[in-house]
Amino acid sequence: MPWGEFKDTAAERRLFQRRAFVMLLMVFLLLAGLVARMYQLQIVEHDIYTTLSDKNRVQVQSVPPPRGLVYDRNGILLAENRPVFSVTVVPERVGGMDATLDQLVRILDISDEDLERFQRRLREPRRPFQEIPLRYDLTEDEIARLAVHRHELPGVEVEAELVRYYPHSELTAHALGFVGRINRDELQRIDPVNYAGTNYIGKSGVERFYEELLHGKVGYQHVETNARGRTLRVLERENPVPGEDLELHIDLRLQNRAHELLDGRRGAIVAIEPATGGILALASVPGFDANKFVTGISVADYGELRDSKDKPLFNRALRGQYPPGSTLKPMLAIAALDSGAVTRDHTIWDPGYFQFNSSGRRYRDWKRGGHGWVDLTYAMAQSCDVYFYEAAVEMGVDTMHSYLSRFGFGEDATLDVSGALSGLLPSRDWKRAMRNEPWYPGDSVNLGIGQGFMLATPLQLATATALIANRGEWVEPRLLKDIQGDRSVDEFLPSETHEPLKLKDPSDWDFIADAMAEVMHGTKGTARSAARGASYRMAGKTGTAQVFSLAEDEEYEAEEVRERLRDHALFVGFAPLDNPQIAVAVIVENGGGGSSTAAPVARALFDAWLLEFSAAGDDAALISKTDAESGVH
Amino acid sequence: MATREVLGSTASNPLGRPRGIWSVLHVDPILLLLLIALVSGGLFVLYSGADRNFEVVKAQGIRFGIAFAVMLVFAQLDPSVFRRWAPWLYGLGLIGLVAVIFVGVGAKGAQRWLALPGLPRFQPSELMKLVVPMMAAWYLSRHFLPPKLSRIGVGLVIVLLPMVLIMKQPDLGTSLLVGMAGLFVVFFAGMSWKLISAFVVMVSVAAPVMWFFGMRDYQKQRVLTLLDPQSDPLGAGWNIIQSKTAIGSGGLDGKGWLQGTQSHLEFLPESHTDFIVAVLAEEFGFIGMLILISVYFLIILRCLYISVTAQDSFSRLVAGALTMTFFIYVFVNVGMVSGLLPVVGVPLPLVSYGGTSTVTLMAAFGILMSIHTHRRMITA
Repeated sequence: MPWGEFKDTAAERRLFQRRAFVMLLMVFLLLAGLVARMYQLQIVEHDIYTTLSDKNRVQVQSVPPPRGLVYDRNGILLAENRPVFSVTVVPERVGGMDATLDQLVRILDISDEDLERFQRRLREPRRPFQEIPLRYDLTEDEIARLAVHRHELPGVEVEAELVRYYPHSELTAHALGFVGRINRDELQRIDPVNYAGTNYIGKSGVERFYEELLHGKVGYQHVETNARGRTLRVLERENPVPGEDLELHIDLRLQNRAHELLDGRRGAIVAIEPATGGILALASVPGFDANKFVTGISVADYGELRDSKDKPLFNRALRGQYPPGSTLKPMLAIAALDSGAVTRDHTIWDPGYFQFNSSGRRYRDWKRGGHGWVDLTYAMAQSCDVYFYEAAVEMGVDTMHSYLSRFGFGEDATLDVSGALSGLLPSRDWKRAMRNEPWYPGDSVNLGIGQGFMLATPLQLATATALIANRGEWVEPRLLKDIQGDRSVDEFLPSETHEPLKLKDPSDWDFIADAMAEVMHGTKGTARSAARGASYRMAGKTGTAQVFSLAEDEEYEAEEVRERLRDHALFVGFAPLDNPQIAVAVIVENGGGGSSTAAPVARALFDAWLLEFSAAGDDAALISKTDAESGVH
Repeated sequence: MATREVLGSTASNPLGRPRGIWSVLHVDPILLLLLIALVSGGLFVLYSGADRNFEVVKAQGIRFGIAFAVMLVFAQLDPSVFRRWAPWLYGLGLIGLVAVIFVGVGAKGAQRWLALPGLPRFQPSELMKLVVPMMAAWYLSRHFLPPKLSRIGVGLVIVLLPMVLIMKQPDLGTSLLVGMAGLFVVFFAGMSWKLISAFVVMVSVAAPVMWFFGMRDYQKQRVLTLLDPQSDPLGAGWNIIQSKTAIGSGGLDGKGWLQGTQSHLEFLPESHTDFIVAVLAEEFGFIGMLILISVYFLIILRCLYISVTAQDSFSRLVAGALTMTFFIYVFVNVGMVSGLLPVVGVPLPLVSYGGTSTVTLMAAFGILMSIHTHRRMITA
């Protein structure tokens, strides 16, 4: 040994052996401790951790059912679903929310609105670990860019969901309605289980009315997820029941034609098939692109729609309440005949005005000089006001109210048209209640030509017209034609409630229909120019509704009145006369005269429906049906 | 026993049998067998822990190949070589540790590597796991054992100096492992139990001081988290909750290889590195853990046997210290994954994915084999 010290190697060895033995003991004890720990975790507490482990990995997810599709009567798809990719954030899984949002803003095109909406949703109460959408409708490019950065962004996911899409956006927005994100109020009333995976709900129109039918039934799946909530594997699945596919009475071609005819104007057209009550067209112009509302419209876009003077969001066909003007005369004529106020050949002298007594207020005829001797047919054809003033006074408000209400005025007489307004059918009680005034005979005079307090929607006018076309047989207007599948329409369509309007002399129907035909085809008919050259006979009635009341004796000069104060042009009618296939109501806001503006629109619709489409109808229906089926299912 | 060995020391062949192939190769077959069993079993678990990424297994296999080669090289060297090199290596190691503090590179706020031009990036602290016990053994074995108090003091300084430097990086786990390795030398050298008791008391007093002055916030957090993992279930406590869940849900016989849901579903963090034992526990259950711990125990048993049968004090001390360091790896790793100890970055030896510690550990086994196969029956 270099250090030359005495060393007792044997003693050193024994010392080391003792120490090593101590260490061995320690090793044994500590390893035994580890084994004991494992025993504790794996045997004693096994059940606890198994539960924890399963809870960790297995999640129950709801599977939203695909929303039912909507077709028109020819099988053309009006509402479908298409996949949309959106980026969502699960706040619980995000490392730093601000940093994550900063990075996302750099990667994607995210507007301040999106961010605001996101922050708002973030503050709202919500389920833990629920993803909050940040931006919808990502482009392929954006999805790719996100994929590159995905590993840096825990809690950020790209999600695909089926979103409602309306291929004929502007045409169908008012008729069909649209879906939108479920809002807080809706959240209160929907079934939380069935809507567990659903983000959209019908907001208006068919989408709203048939929400239950279109929505379907939610499904479930047990999925295995990783710690970041990403689904790895589906363990068990109960498929959702897709919503029912609906077929509407709407004919997209007629709907399209209606829009074309009103293009550049403001107005509404409602066309009803008298035999079924099916609404063939429900046009409110201008329309809007409902697709914008589905995933949430931007503030700018919404502002533009909301603030537009043309009010594109306003559904004029269902909710536009106009004074019906002379288009009410056919219904009043029925009332007058049936109540005995007039007879078919009752004749009056029209000096151009009506007076209760020689010193009273003069109720003017639209024709300054008057029509002279006028009977009912002539009064209809020429739209003589004085004849109806007298008839109205003769009938009184109660009779008029009774008959007009049986035509469906003053109520929403539709079966499945959500949002339809009921207009205003005045009565003694109404005036007492609302105005705290008695009903004056002058009010009856005004009501006699559809002015005064009376308000009706285009849909109501079309309904009442269809009733005349049906000779009193009620068929409430409806949109739903058929449910594809084995469920019957009757199951979901509300039952009809209206009694047929029976006249003492049923031939009065024909008499009035003939009088309406005079409007179109008579030598002095107000709409004779619109009906010129028709190969079929049609019935109609023009109307011109005052937007503001003229003072007595004041001249009406359209040129001087600002365009928005000009009269509304109205028209109701049906065709063909003897076997009505279509009944329409047309209103062109500030369009001027009914005969010059609204009647030609109706004539074009009659032609389209009776001549153009019925000829091409069968073939077109066949083609588009197969298209729709192959494209969607 | 001593008598027999003294008697045997005169014979040229102490065990009475011919020098076999293993002696020529300087390999201990029993230890080799146990190591191969551990490593190959570990590769299976790694394949699962790395989520069936064969590339990871391949890389680890290559690393084991290199590590076995290093072990063989170390085994060829006579123990006296280690003794002669110990002071120089120690000096170099200290320089390296200082250099790391000033010019080191690293990640996550720690500087652990030295990137010297022309040399592969390496971690001086890892080298110190071998060098510190060698240096302590070198110093203490120069004199009669058990050492005098002053020598113990010097020995402790030898151990503390690199510890402090490694702590500065900061690398609590390695620092403690290096310290333990050195302290085992002092213990095996015969530090009196009275001193050991005093030392334990001292450490208990030093611990709070360390807490307030020596530890970084994240280190404190780890300790706090251990005490109450539920306090921050998605943050710091996540690892422990998830690994305990993995282990506990394994049950008696496990969910089966590649069937561990905890690890494969990314609940378990670092499932192929520090927390790989949870994968094993989940997939092979209590039985698997029993087998794993048994293999470790057998390896330690064999290594302690080698230490006891070593012929000189230096060899004994180094062998004993390296053995116990290996044990500490196992105990700390399994203890931390099962929630008994704070989470410090200690891999499961020869199973966890990772290069440096594997090479170090195999080098240590090389040294043990060298000590065992270079025995001459002459009393040193």
